[in-house]
Amino acid sequence: MATVAASGRTRRRRRNLLESRRFLATALIAPAVLFILVLVGGPLLLAMYLSLTDAVGGTLGGEWVGFDNFLNAWRDPNFRRALRNTLLFTIVSQAIVLLCAGLIAHALTRPIRGKWLLRFLIILPWAAPVPLSTIGWLWIYDSLFSVVNWVAKQLHLVDQFNPPQWLGDPTLALGAVISVHAWRIIPFAVVIFLAGLASIPSEVEDAAKVDGAVGLKKFWYVTLPLQLPIATVALLFGIVFTATDMTVVYILTQGGPFNSTQMLTSWAFFTGIRGGSLGEGAAVSLYLLPLLVVVAVLMLRFARKVEVT
Amino acid sequence: MITSREKLTSYLILGPFALVLAFPFYWMLWTSFKTELDLYDINNVPFFFGHGSPTTKNYSFLFNETEYLTWVKNTAIVGVAVVAITLVLAVPAAYALARLSGRWGQSMGVGIFLTYLVPPTLLFLPLSYVISHFPVGGHAGLQDSLWSLVLVFPSFTVPFSTWLLMGFFKTIPRELEEAARVDGASRLRTLFQIVFPISLPGILTVIIFSFSLVVNDFVYALAFITTSDSKTISTGVFTELIRGDIFFWQALMAATLLPSIPLALLYNMFLDRFIAGFTGGAFR
Repeated sequence: MATVAASGRTRRRRRNLLESRRFLATALIAPAVLFILVLVGGPLLLAMYLSLTDAVGGTLGGEWVGFDNFLNAWRDPNFRRALRNTLLFTIVSQAIVLLCAGLIAHALTRPIRGKWLLRFLIILPWAAPVPLSTIGWLWIYDSLFSVVNWVAKQLHLVDQFNPPQWLGDPTLALGAVISVHAWRIIPFAVVIFLAGLASIPSEVEDAAKVDGAVGLKKFWYVTLPLQLPIATVALLFGIVFTATDMTVVYILTQGGPFNSTQMLTSWAFFTGIRGGSLGEGAAVSLYLLPLLVVVAVLMLRFARKVEVT
Repeated sequence: MITSREKLTSYLILGPFALVLAFPFYWMLWTSFKTELDLYDINNVPFFFGHGSPTTKNYSFLFNETEYLTWVKNTAIVGVAVVAITLVLAVPAAYALARLSGRWGQSMGVGIFLTYLVPPTLLFLPLSYVISHFPVGGHAGLQDSLWSLVLVFPSFTVPFSTWLLMGFFKTIPRELEEAARVDGASRLRTLFQIVFPISLPGILTVIIFSFSLVVNDFVYALAFITTSDSKTISTGVFTELIRGDIFFWQALMAATLLPSIPLALLYNMFLDRFIAGFTGGAFR
């Protein structure tokens, strides 16, 4: 009898605990937060630790070497080029992305026939898995059977017998990598822009019309300022997706020819996994951290600003 | 009303862009049906078929003489396991952040979202160090095991999905839950019987997009898995179907096109919900 009463009490207490907002919230959030701390926070700290040791693949441990890895990486011309390429690829491709995506999103807001199909085709590069679709580009930029070159030859734009080697020439390869980066991020930016355009209230449109704002004028004074916040979000994401992506470079050029298209990410991979120098590889990848911190701060500031308005 | 001139401008902008952006997929389709003779004849017009094309033998080569189907199976196993883990962790967390906690919930939500910005680039070296060194369940380590991917992928699907779901949960009217509570339902019961059923479209969206993130990973799969029968399509197609300088171009194109199309269709179907959730998390 007494035990029944006691267990009833515990059950009631448990029930009350589950009804407490604070307790329930903590219980529901804790697993996800713990998981993230262990699998993101942990490795991030380990990366910082490894970067200060001479750890190599295949063995445990490594001697403390201070900032040697960072200094060695900095002195390496390949690293310098990887750093320069990371910035180059990101800036150029994102400039192309903003321009094209702005145009596309604006055109897509109009109610036209066949919009679903057009949108589907435009979204494809973002919706298809990048590790697979980039192989398609490998074929498009093939040294002998490049379809780009075939068309260019027919139009007499390039040398018939010595057409451009898109992936074999150091300068052209930079362009090839940039084109694929821009190609896959454009649809993402379009998606975000569409969300931004959809959030502009129709009253604003009407007011603009009454005030006689049309065409370019309306775009400049009404649409653009209202679009700016969401365009910033698209840009910040585009920067992160491009600067930290290894897939495109690895599949298209493997960083070649002669390491001319390495990015920080691919250089970290070749140093840390292929070369086995975990410590130095970790140091190379950590050079990305300042960029990511800047993006995160901007993102935070921005999220707060939007929340207030 | 929009004028016909505006419509024409739209088509003039969208048409060329749609053509260029979708071109690689069209080209994959075309190439995958070509014979060797047709593909490697430099005097051919590459946009036409000839020399025995179109043929389906590239597809039968892909299915019967490569490990493609094994990679597809592996991808499905990893995808399902990762999605399950993601839902178990992200759904409760997102609900609690959106509803049960006040301002700090919002800040914490943004905090979780920011971890999504920590790229695999920073994490794959330490994680590969951990995975190759620490024995799990009698194995020497998780290196070359699909479970390494199942363990690591939620590190980006959970933050991403929590963020999306927060956006969805915020759109559910509070009155619904309050009505259930007034009728005497406990918080957990309200959650299971009212909130989750209504959120089903949102949860489906998260399933699709998490799966898509899994198929999009390349770095982890490349660093953790080197044996061909444990590979997923993301790395298997590139590392196994290209051997030295020998390219099986037609089979390669078939292999890249096949998973892309269904994924892209699903993606497109859920895109509007994705936009709503993605921007709804903080920007509302």
